[in-house]
Amino acid sequence: MSTTDYPNSSTGAGHQPTALAPPRSGPLAKREARLAWGLLTPTLLSVALVIILPLLAIFWISAKPIGLSDLRPTTPDVYERVRGKVSAAGDRVTIEYRLTNSSREKPIANVTMSDVWPAGLEPVSLDERCTLAAGQLSCNLGDWEAGHRERLLIEVVAQEPFINSDVNVRDTEPVMTGDASSDLFNLTFTWDNFRSVFDSGEFLEVLWVTLFYTVVGTIGALVVGMLAALMLNKSFTGQGILRGLFLFPYVAPVIAVAFTWVTLLDPFSGSFNALLVQMGLIETPINFFGQRPLALFTVTAFEIWRYFPLSFLFILARMQSIDHDIYEAADMDGASPFQKFYYLSLPQLMGILSVLFLLRFIWTFNKFDDIFLMTGGNAGTRTLTVNVYEQAFAISNIGAGAAVAVVIFGCLLAFSFFFFRFISREEGL
Amino acid sequence: MKNGYLLAAVVGVLWSLTIIVCLTIVMAFSTGLPVHPVWLAAIVQGAAVGLVALYVPSRLLGILISFALVLGVSFMQPFGISLSEKSFAQGVGVLVLVLGLSVPLSIMTKGMPAGTLTRHQFEEGIVRFLTGFGYVFFTAIVVVPFYVMLMTSVKGQQALLLNPLDFSIEWDKGWDLFRSYQELFTQYNFGSYLLTSFLVSVATVAVTLLFSVPGAYAVARLRFKGQAVMSRSILLIYMVPMIVLALPIYVGFSMFGLRNSLFGLLLIYPVTTIPVSLYMLQGYFRGLPAEIEEAGLMDGLSRLGVIWKITLPLSLPALASVSLYVFMIAWNEFLLAFMLLDDPSKFTLTRGVTMLNSSEVPRQHLMAGAVIATLPILVLFLGLERFMTKGLTAGSVKG
Repeated sequence: MSTTDYPNSSTGAGHQPTALAPPRSGPLAKREARLAWGLLTPTLLSVALVIILPLLAIFWISAKPIGLSDLRPTTPDVYERVRGKVSAAGDRVTIEYRLTNSSREKPIANVTMSDVWPAGLEPVSLDERCTLAAGQLSCNLGDWEAGHRERLLIEVVAQEPFINSDVNVRDTEPVMTGDASSDLFNLTFTWDNFRSVFDSGEFLEVLWVTLFYTVVGTIGALVVGMLAALMLNKSFTGQGILRGLFLFPYVAPVIAVAFTWVTLLDPFSGSFNALLVQMGLIETPINFFGQRPLALFTVTAFEIWRYFPLSFLFILARMQSIDHDIYEAADMDGASPFQKFYYLSLPQLMGILSVLFLLRFIWTFNKFDDIFLMTGGNAGTRTLTVNVYEQAFAISNIGAGAAVAVVIFGCLLAFSFFFFRFISREEGL
Repeated sequence: MKNGYLLAAVVGVLWSLTIIVCLTIVMAFSTGLPVHPVWLAAIVQGAAVGLVALYVPSRLLGILISFALVLGVSFMQPFGISLSEKSFAQGVGVLVLVLGLSVPLSIMTKGMPAGTLTRHQFEEGIVRFLTGFGYVFFTAIVVVPFYVMLMTSVKGQQALLLNPLDFSIEWDKGWDLFRSYQELFTQYNFGSYLLTSFLVSVATVAVTLLFSVPGAYAVARLRFKGQAVMSRSILLIYMVPMIVLALPIYVGFSMFGLRNSLFGLLLIYPVTTIPVSLYMLQGYFRGLPAEIEEAGLMDGLSRLGVIWKITLPLSLPALASVSLYVFMIAWNEFLLAFMLLDDPSKFTLTRGVTMLNSSEVPRQHLMAGAVIATLPILVLFLGLERFMTKGLTAGSVKG
């Protein structure tokens, strides 16, 4: 409705004329917009720095042949020592600098070294690349090949002040500088990371495990949460206590509950196995986290256990807002409990259920901590997210880890497309 | 199937199995006795007590008959062992078993005819059983892990290897019960981890609020191009998995020497919580009457003055929810702390507990660490549950 010609007569209950909005492009509106952007700037900047920038970096890194060890910058190394002994003035000793380029792959350009000498040392002959001025030795060592090593020897005559003082030549560390290209910033790109990720036979398995974990975990948490909500959707004493109790798994830190499950299900000293044996249900203890495909079922059960409280909370809140009249009307018409649930409650819950499903689906897909803490991705529980860690840190191939991360990001783009298509219509999120 | 006596018997059997399994767990955990259910006896006594509940209207009489049934059917061994062992504990167990069988079953079969059931009555009976089962089941799956966590931390290594089911408290150990806690604080530096975690979490809350309050106000109240896009897309950030961000952050921090610094951690933590905080707050700000703020503007306050003097005091409950929720996220955060901190003197609590997960450290220490990490957040949660649940629901929280 246009703001200028709102109707004089009321057109219906609840239909109030909108307030006169200020013109869209006046100076006041501009000031307001400026203020708004000003207030949002800290948030936007921090998000850009910590979320957007790393996301872009992932694409860059995924096309780079770098491993964990390449993160250390390539620098020239030096080891300094004194050959010979000084006891009287005029003694000759040799100061030796052992210079190495510890990298076997990368050259270093424009290497320089500077070292402060104690007073009273006179060089007999100085290497042509070096100069000595005011007790400071400066050398221009030029460009080094990969794996370059050399010894720089300088013969010196010790004078009186040096003998008398306690200073040692090695007291000051020589300072080295040099330009080495980091693999991270040069312009060589490669598909090797993606190739190694896709080619390995386990990639399909990783996808399948992720899919199973995500789908079963999400639906399981929703169903269990709904059952819990149905159960508590009536007032009785202790309802509040139970509701608080049911949220425990979600509120407690993941490390605490994950390690508790590991302890509880341990095949040797775990209580759960001992219990099953004592009850006569099994003969020998079961290794819940070490066997395929059982380990996958166990971590999925953990996921359901840990996140049913969340869906429980939302579904309960929605249930309590359903009007009671419809149930009384249904009672009058002789509807049975299951019919009431199926024909009355469920349609009203569909909105929140679909929102929860999509959110939980994406978050379960993104989940890393739980599986990492319980199995470390072993015994057939490696999901995509765990695979990022596995590739980047266990195999020390940062590039391959980033490649998996790119795959994850691609999946998420597809999910968010769905999210905006369906969810925003459902609940106006 | 749709006969009253049949349903009562079936429900009786199922309920009896539920109760006996639960009681076995409770008895084993609290006494260390080698108790186990006698499955056949449980089935028979369940069916019998179900029928008694259906046909005997007097509850007292029902209880007495059930008592006789429970002892009779199992040949005086309701828990599979002779009643002479720890008779008092077993006596209590029998009492609980009898009451736990007959009272719920008489409630479940209340008003149910013995003959043919209507669909309504039949489903009602099933719903009643499922509800009862649900209470027991959900309470058990939530309580047992936490109980095991707590009790393992006060047991000795030997005692647990001997009988992993015995969680009875060894009172005669006195203060020695808390030895693993004492060792964590004296040898493993947990006092400092606790402090670090607390400081990091509080700082995260402060920075998050500082950033998100103005942002939320702008999105909620001010008109500008892109307002709608902003309020929607801010939550998209939650779709990005932490591990995808953690990898480049690790690379970047390694290069700039920010790893192993709490400052580096504090650069990241608030940004992970700002979006949800902004989203929750803008929802609350929208609900506040704009007229009060307009009155403030008329009286000569600047916009920032309005936010500070009018909006914020009015939204204290929302601020409390958001703070609690952000505190919880920061306190529980594991992945970044794990990847970015290597230096034991700078560990947060979660990182410290991870360190205990090795074969050289006894299990009680790990569980004691878990208790130390869990307790503060649970206490906070129980004390301020109202705010917390509101925070959880309002933010449609990340997991």
